[in-house]
Amino acid sequence: MKQNKIKYWSILLILLMVILILVSLLSLCVGSAGIQLKNIPDILLHGKGSADHSILLGIRLPRIVLGLSIGGALSLAGALLQGIFKNPLVEPYTLGISGGASLGVCINILFKFYGKIGIIAYPLSGFLGASLVIFLVYSLNNKARDIQSNRMLLTGVMISYVASSLVMLLMAISKSDDLQNIVLWIMGSLDEPNTILIKMALFGSLAGLVVSYFFCFDLNALLLGEDEAANLGVNTTRTKKYLFILASFLTGLSVSVAGIIMFAGLIVPHFMRMIAGPDHRILLISSFLAGAAFLVLCDVIARVIISPLELPVGVITGIIGGIIFIWALSRKQVTL
Amino acid sequence: MNHTLTIENLSFRYNKEMILKDISFSTDPGEFISIIGPNGSGKTTLIKIISKINKPEKGNIYIKGNNIQKMSNRQLARHIAVVMQSVDPVAMSVEEYVLLGRLPFFKKYQFFETAKDIALAHKYMKLTGILKLKDAPINKISGGERQLAAIARALTQEPMLLILDEPTSHLDITHQIQILELISSLKKTLCLTVLIVLHDLNLAAEYSDRLVLLNGKNGEIYQTGTCEQVLSEESIQEVYDTKVRIQRNPVSKRPCIFLVTQNALNKKENHIL
Repeated sequence: MKQNKIKYWSILLILLMVILILVSLLSLCVGSAGIQLKNIPDILLHGKGSADHSILLGIRLPRIVLGLSIGGALSLAGALLQGIFKNPLVEPYTLGISGGASLGVCINILFKFYGKIGIIAYPLSGFLGASLVIFLVYSLNNKARDIQSNRMLLTGVMISYVASSLVMLLMAISKSDDLQNIVLWIMGSLDEPNTILIKMALFGSLAGLVVSYFFCFDLNALLLGEDEAANLGVNTTRTKKYLFILASFLTGLSVSVAGIIMFAGLIVPHFMRMIAGPDHRILLISSFLAGAAFLVLCDVIARVIISPLELPVGVITGIIGGIIFIWALSRKQVTL
Repeated sequence: MNHTLTIENLSFRYNKEMILKDISFSTDPGEFISIIGPNGSGKTTLIKIISKINKPEKGNIYIKGNNIQKMSNRQLARHIAVVMQSVDPVAMSVEEYVLLGRLPFFKKYQFFETAKDIALAHKYMKLTGILKLKDAPINKISGGERQLAAIARALTQEPMLLILDEPTSHLDITHQIQILELISSLKKTLCLTVLIVLHDLNLAAEYSDRLVLLNGKNGEIYQTGTCEQVLSEESIQEVYDTKVRIQRNPVSKRPCIFLVTQNALNKKENHIL
């Protein structure tokens, strides 16, 4: 049995890696300037200085790296939150965490904190906004002995509205150049010229993945409920606190670099749970990989669907994710 | 100091209301002790305090002489296993669920269950009779089977103290008897101390070595002792406000409680008249 499980997990991981590589290659080739796959090695090796070379390395590669970092981070955050709350409809966006992060980043743009403490102000303000919301949602719902999921989701949605209203308020009172900054950023796109932010996103999300593995057994125990987890020796209060911080970090990082990308954190862990099972030892990494592939693929769709114009990737994930969200809600049994 | 569990002057308050007051008792290895008492008398609270989910207002609890407040949850989980009223219908398989009982024993950087973990899980699944269900998902098996899986999981923790919170309350008599027979045989084969909350006084009388009767009115223990000592018509009247007759079960010779209903009394009067 154990051998079978390890075998199944390995096959799944290899499959996901292959999908991720294929999707990344597709993303390299597709775009307003079509580049054929077979030409890519040649361009990379000998084409230095050519237009194709700079499109590949200067535009498309950073986009792919950002896409897989953000997609992985959001899916991982979704998997962690779904594990803590035992609710498959929970994710950074539905809990209002993305909204909080975007409010944080807006304040950063308006008050120009990035001018004072450097580029790190973006992820930092996103993280602070995200963690504020997550602790708000949790403490507002923690009074009941067991967290009531519906109540919590509603609280999250409301906080999301409040946050987006506040963002609009900030936009209304802001100067025109700031306004454009905010609008462009909030639409959720993987078009990010700043390579430092891209590196931050990549290393931040990978670090998040590594850290999440310290909690994979605690998350497995939490599937049985908080009291049962405590009976199995999990310090539930501490574990939840760390996981909230981790999920806020991942969400804040994603939102601050790529804007609001809806539902990526919802559908990917949901489907990975169906395929890989509820064990977080495989669920976390497979959600990360699948989320990475999903967002890069959505970005390809966003770039080609009304080519030569380009849609924000958040629009694509919002449409696909929203439909799947409704489908998941309408299924009779939604259990973890 | 050979007691498995010692509870000393334990008190617990919830929203200013005294739920438990000055609770003291201890259990010996291999003893089957039932906690009984009316709804709201703090039976489940007491269990949650012993398993460190709730913090007592005052008093101490010792497991084999060690104060549980000085132990981590993990250390405690190596000595105590808890079976709750019901198991959440999660989507994992019975085997995965039972293996979770080995979590408190995982080494720091251990990622997979060892062969020993799996052997233990299989041993206790066999003992509880659910080995054939090992690949079935928890949310697809019956309530009784789920409770057996919970017991197998608890045993996989290899505890010295097994705590059960009304493990049979949602089950039919077949499963009630099956589960209590199992626990009572485990007590002997594994020399396990069993602390169990039971609602059904007759079940408690059949299986327990000793009873702890909680008095819901003041949060104190009304009486501890053998079933014969604790289960008297007066004590039930006092604690439960209910009239009962107590006779011996003809088979086991243990106390057996008969309800005295108004309906029956009326009929009796008519009969006499």
